[in-house]
Amino acid sequence: MNILLQWAPFMPTAASHNAPNVDNLYGFIFWLSVVFFILVIGPGAWFVYKYRLKKGEEHQPTPRITHHLGLELTWSVIPLLLCVVIAVWGFWDFMALGVAPADTEDIFVTGYKWGWRFEHRDGTKELNELHLPEGKKVKLVMTGEDVIHSFFVPDFRVKADLPPGRYTSLWFEPIGVGEHQVFCTEYCGDGHSGMLAKIIVMPKDKYAEWLRVGTPLGPGETLEDRGKKLYSDKGCLTCHSVDGSRLTGPSFKGIFGNPQPLADGASVNVDENFIRESILNPQAKVAQGYSPIMPSYQGSLKEMDLNALTAYIKSLK
Amino acid sequence: MADNNHGHGEHKSFYEEGGKGIMSWVYTLDHKRIGLMYLVSVLLMFALGGLMALLVRFELLSPGKTIMTAQQYNVVFTLHGAIMVFLFIIPAVPAALGNFVLPLLLGTKDVAFPRLNIFSYYIYVTGAIIAVGAIVGGGVDTGWTFYTPYSSGTSGSVVLMVFGAFVLGFSSILTGLNFIATTHKLRAPGMTWSRMPLFCWGIYATSLIQVLATPVLAITLLMLIIERVWGVGIFDPAKGGDAVLFQHFFWFYSHPAVYIMILPGMAIISEIIPTFSKKAIFGYKAIGMSSVAIAIIGFLVWGHHMFVSGQSQFASMVFSFLTFLVAIPSGIKVFNWTATMYKGSITLETPMLYALSFLFLFTIGGLTGLFLGALSVNVHLTDTYFVVAHFHYVMMGGTVIAFYGGVHYWWPKMTGRMYNEKLARLACALVFIGFNVTFLTQFVLGSKGMPRRYYDYLPQFQTLHQVSTVGSWILGLGFLIMVSYLLASLKVGALAPANPWGGLTLEWQTSSPPPLHNFEKQPNTKIGPYDYGVPIPPKKPGTLEGAVHGTSS
Ligand code: HEC
Ligand SMILES: [Cu+2]
Repeated sequence: MNILLQWAPFMPTAASHNAPNVDNLYGFIFWLSVVFFILVIGPGAWFVYKYRLKKGEEHQPTPRITHHLGLELTWSVIPLLLCVVIAVWGFWDFMALGVAPADTEDIFVTGYKWGWRFEHRDGTKELNELHLPEGKKVKLVMTGEDVIHSFFVPDFRVKADLPPGRYTSLWFEPIGVGEHQVFCTEYCGDGHSGMLAKIIVMPKDKYAEWLRVGTPLGPGETLEDRGKKLYSDKGCLTCHSVDGSRLTGPSFKGIFGNPQPLADGASVNVDENFIRESILNPQAKVAQGYSPIMPSYQGSLKEMDLNALTAYIKSLK
Repeated sequence: MADNNHGHGEHKSFYEEGGKGIMSWVYTLDHKRIGLMYLVSVLLMFALGGLMALLVRFELLSPGKTIMTAQQYNVVFTLHGAIMVFLFIIPAVPAALGNFVLPLLLGTKDVAFPRLNIFSYYIYVTGAIIAVGAIVGGGVDTGWTFYTPYSSGTSGSVVLMVFGAFVLGFSSILTGLNFIATTHKLRAPGMTWSRMPLFCWGIYATSLIQVLATPVLAITLLMLIIERVWGVGIFDPAKGGDAVLFQHFFWFYSHPAVYIMILPGMAIISEIIPTFSKKAIFGYKAIGMSSVAIAIIGFLVWGHHMFVSGQSQFASMVFSFLTFLVAIPSGIKVFNWTATMYKGSITLETPMLYALSFLFLFTIGGLTGLFLGALSVNVHLTDTYFVVAHFHYVMMGGTVIAFYGGVHYWWPKMTGRMYNEKLARLACALVFIGFNVTFLTQFVLGSKGMPRRYYDYLPQFQTLHQVSTVGSWILGLGFLIMVSYLLASLKVGALAPANPWGGLTLEWQTSSPPPLHNFEKQPNTKIGPYDYGVPIPPKKPGTLEGAVHGTSS
């Protein structure tokens, strides 16, 4: 029965400046609806009970009541006024949500089939994760790469479509630290329901550390575990197999410590430094028999991530 | 008047008079037969669409794969939506029940253009075959809304499916035209506009929207076909088009189409409630005029589907205000229906149970619309299960429930048979309970942030999804029982009297089923359709017979 104690029942955690405003109006409409529901269904149920033809009774003539102007006006004007209140209230908060203040941190967001790319101003790139410092106002400038996607953060009560071919934006100011789920809410095909991301709001010092080295390892997580996770999250998997089969790029099965022939005829020994260089600057040494199409991950991988990936590749015997 | 109540045996019904055999149906021009053919068709479509709904709900029983792949799921929910909207709800009340009942209610022999009428039916069948053919020919996975640029690019026979919807539109337009002409020209002598039953007002308003809005859908779908087939950039930004333009076009039709779907439902309720309350309808003018108001304002609110699409804030504000404005006439109707029951003499046969369910469910549907009309709250709720729940409360809790109310109300008139009342009440109760279990939970899911059209979901949503799925089984069981007793009634049902419910509208002044030309003699329009409140002859206890009102004025 604890919904009776809540102003805005069923709403998720309110974690942005905007969320309490939305919840206030949501709650207002919710309880108003409860009242109106009772006002409509209550008399209806009462009439059915009271004026029901009892068993064995016969129909008696009913009074011919055909209309009542006063009543008609009452139940049109009062709801109309309440609707105006709701409309103005909703519009008010909507405007506040639509106009970002001047001091926001701008981040570019691209929705594609099926994932989210975030680009910070300092060049840091993230995939399906957005790290933010606590207490910062953030504006997302967004576009869709292929079809329309929609960026929805329930905890922040914000949502905006990302149509291809133009920018849309939304802004928010997270309250406190924590993790918040992001959903795609415009149907975009088979991977629609997997098109998820996380917004991670961190204390300022942790954020500065994250900017430098990346996310620290969780309890019990090894560097290889992290590397394996990154390997699929960052899309290495699509070009490099781990079982020896040839994809767009060479397989990593058993390459560590062995010589790798290069396109210019030379050969290098695959060690930590070569792996690191290949990830950050793939065109520096191109493997023989492959085209130089690997994108550079400079900026989108942190120190920690590089270590983890290297450790993982190393572990692929 | 009394002689009409003996019904059977005195004169032949249209089933006998119109000839026997399949050809007597194929070539028929009789609005009653055409109505019945529509009825059978839309019920088949409802069964198909309902099956898809059960599959969708079953898949959502657990996160990840339950019975099908994401690809299959997307095809199945597209089919569910497209079939229910284009092949079931839009034609259900106007084309099926409207065709049968409208001329009877107006006291005329047939619709204005009987040939056009059978022509629209065959267009409907053609459209249905094309659309269902698209299913066989290769899955369409765009959702019933066909949003671009997804629909311009995805594989699957989108063009065929869209062409099917395009063809169906013509059927809708022609039926609308026919009804408008019928209402203007063929009312029985003495039936002034202000004496027209409210069902006719509702169908009239619906027809206006059908004629005015459907061409826009046709154009939109045609442009989509042109883009896909010839690569002309209209909606696909990759080809230089505008993705959101499609949404404007689409909703310019599809929002009024929501009223094409709900107004006829409301029209049925306006008939059932006075009949089973034996009471004059309260606020005849208010109800009739609110239908027209809804039809007009309904054209101006399409942008409320697009508050987060990047549409200008000013436009959103205007659409939000107009959306609240269109809520008022619906509210007025609900209040007037409730007031009609005041001091009535109410009996609770199945049609009335459906009407009461309608009041309950439609009120919830309407009130939850307030959440979605408010801009800031809409941002959170749009494209979540809240929307799914809301429109099911309006479309299914409203229109579909009213439709089944109408089917039960006019079943004796259409078939000449009574169905099993006990089973009918049981089915109605199951449908009501199942419906609420299925969709109340979805409001909660939506508020919590569960997006719609998701094949997979996060574990925290599982319990609610499971409850919803169980609800869909109760709902399915209800409909299964309904099918069985309705079919059984054709063989074993008691013969229906001319006026089983004691109604005053004209269809009850002729035998059940009516003769080919509907009335043996000019029906009595000296009194209005809801002029109850004159002394009523006794109803024989325990039977449905005899509850006919003195119609001499
Ligand atoms: C678009 C496909 C593609 C993606 C994605 C990709 N690579 Fe590559 N990668 C290649 C190709 C092709 C080569 C060989 C040509 C070259 O060396 O530039 C290569 C080479 C390498 C090499 C050198 C291996 C050798 O034996 O020469 C390493 C190490 C490497 N990639 C690591 C990664 C990591 C780690 C990721 C994920 C963060 C990744 N790659 C993502 C295509 C890709
Ligand atoms: Cu998406």
